Amino acid sequence: MKRLILACAPLLLLVLAQCARAELAIEITSGSDNPTPIAVVPFAWQGQGAASPEDIAAIVDSDLTRSGLFAPVDRNDMLGRPSREQDIYYRDWRAISADYLLIGRVSSTAGQMRIEYELYDVVRQARVEGGTVTGPESEARMLAHRVSDAVYKKVTGIPGAFATRLLYVAVTHVPGAKDYFRLTLSDSDGARPIVLLESREPILAPGWSPDGSQIVYVSFETGRPAIYRQNLSTGAREQLTNFKGLNGAPAWSPDGRTLAMVLSKDGSPDIYLMDLSTKQLTRITRHYAIDTEPTWMPDGRSLLFTSDRGGRPQIYRYDLRTGTVERVTYEGVYNARARVAQDGRNVVLVHQENGQFHIAVLDLVTNRLVILTSTALDESPSIAPNGSMVLYATKYQGRGILAAVSVDGGVKFRLPAREGDVREPAWSPYMSQ
Amino acid sequence: MKYLSVAGKAVIVLFTAALLAACSSSAKKDDADAAAAAAAAKAEQERAAAAAAAQTELRRKMDAAAAYGNVFYFDFDSYNLKPEAIESLNAHIAYLKDTDEPIRLEGHTDERGTREYNMALGERRANAVRDYMVLNGIPSYRIETVSYGEERPIATGSGEANWSQNRRVELK
Repeated sequence: MKRLILACAPLLLLVLAQCARAELAIEITSGSDNPTPIAVVPFAWQGQGAASPEDIAAIVDSDLTRSGLFAPVDRNDMLGRPSREQDIYYRDWRAISADYLLIGRVSSTAGQMRIEYELYDVVRQARVEGGTVTGPESEARMLAHRVSDAVYKKVTGIPGAFATRLLYVAVTHVPGAKDYFRLTLSDSDGARPIVLLESREPILAPGWSPDGSQIVYVSFETGRPAIYRQNLSTGAREQLTNFKGLNGAPAWSPDGRTLAMVLSKDGSPDIYLMDLSTKQLTRITRHYAIDTEPTWMPDGRSLLFTSDRGGRPQIYRYDLRTGTVERVTYEGVYNARARVAQDGRNVVLVHQENGQFHIAVLDLVTNRLVILTSTALDESPSIAPNGSMVLYATKYQGRGILAAVSVDGGVKFRLPAREGDVREPAWSPYMSQ
Repeated sequence: MKYLSVAGKAVIVLFTAALLAACSSSAKKDDADAAAAAAAAKAEQERAAAAAAAQTELRRKMDAAAAYGNVFYFDFDSYNLKPEAIESLNAHIAYLKDTDEPIRLEGHTDERGTREYNMALGERRANAVRDYMVLNGIPSYRIETVSYGEERPIATGSGEANWSQNRRVELK
């Protein structure tokens, strides 16, 4: 038996190494001008065993740092490690200029983890927030993200989007052979990557159902593109389209009933709607130009899409009630692949300027377009469900990586994969807990 | 032999004569058959020669097409066939018209621009090649077009030297 364990050990290490390589790293490149200093004290472990299986405070610290809006203080600078209110000496925290103090306790029984957290305003010397999150120990990281969400909301007034997930496509190049495409699901910080589909043929355009329980994507696994949907909890998978020509850009409607997509079965690429219960198709654009990249307005009453009907790609809006199409973007020669924030006001898109492709945000109320990124090959923007950050794909040092920028352009970070290229990020909606 | 009677000899003579007569008439028939066979052989030879010539001609067309390669290149954000692509396509069409092979056209783009827009652009490129083939006598039912957009680059680097290799339609 002992020999068997020893024989298995290298195998296990190999598996772990594989996981680690698929994981995304995080490099913060720009933070907010005036981040809020916060002390996230290591949470006291009250369960069985020597320590908590995950360092909850470290995950919260990393979430808050990545948001760019917080400047967590170094653990080594902390003059105490309180886990209860009676142990807090506010002068210790004023001394290291922390505006806020987060403490907590972690316990676990029969695989169920319980995290209690308390947030204190150091200046006012008052408890301003507190709560308990519980769930399976295997979801410890997600529970920590929920603590981050609560802290973020209390301090910024905006709901956090840490307890969310990402879909992306990882590509490994094989010299002289076809690439490996891996549709990957991870936590919002890139941790815990899971490969949902691996193929030697392209996989692209991953997207979420509005409740976060299902995904859609395009796979070329049959030698031709087709749209698939997959249930994340059951793994059940269904091929939705198999038309001649393009089968692409699936976009789930906010009410979950309809999938917008681009098909070219009738000649040129046009936008179609598929009723997901009857599979009935309705063609909504009829133009000899390229119409593609549909995306829903949050109210579900209209869609934005990319069209080159004016000569160059620009964003247009299709009104589902009137069937009318109006042009939305006028600035620049190339605006494409829009995604709309939940407020229905900020639209992120790919904007070309001086031959370079950047991520820009268009305010639909003021019609002001602001370029957010300065790299040359930025694409596939995806907006966090709280509207704060935009995740996108770019090229850095010759490799495809994911990067993020805040909607105001101030905060930037990169999420390079440890090997290969990553692309096509899709930020999940809020997940039901 | 010495035991044979005269009658017996006569029978043998008669039989021999009959046999000879039979031989002479079958010789005449053989001549006719030989002529027909020769004609058939000649026709067969001619047919084989024609087939061989056709085969040689097909081979020549195939080699001529192959000399151009099976990739047609495009300008940035364009799906117009360039003169060199048309020259190459003409050679391929000359060969393909003499065959009934199924044809697969794969459209590709460079990495610039969004992936789904590039998917549409790749399809337009494949369609431009298909339309030119159909216009020049290849039945459309033989042609399948698939766009890979920017998903399958030949050259993975950035810059025009790489991009120009990736804006293409491949004939499979």
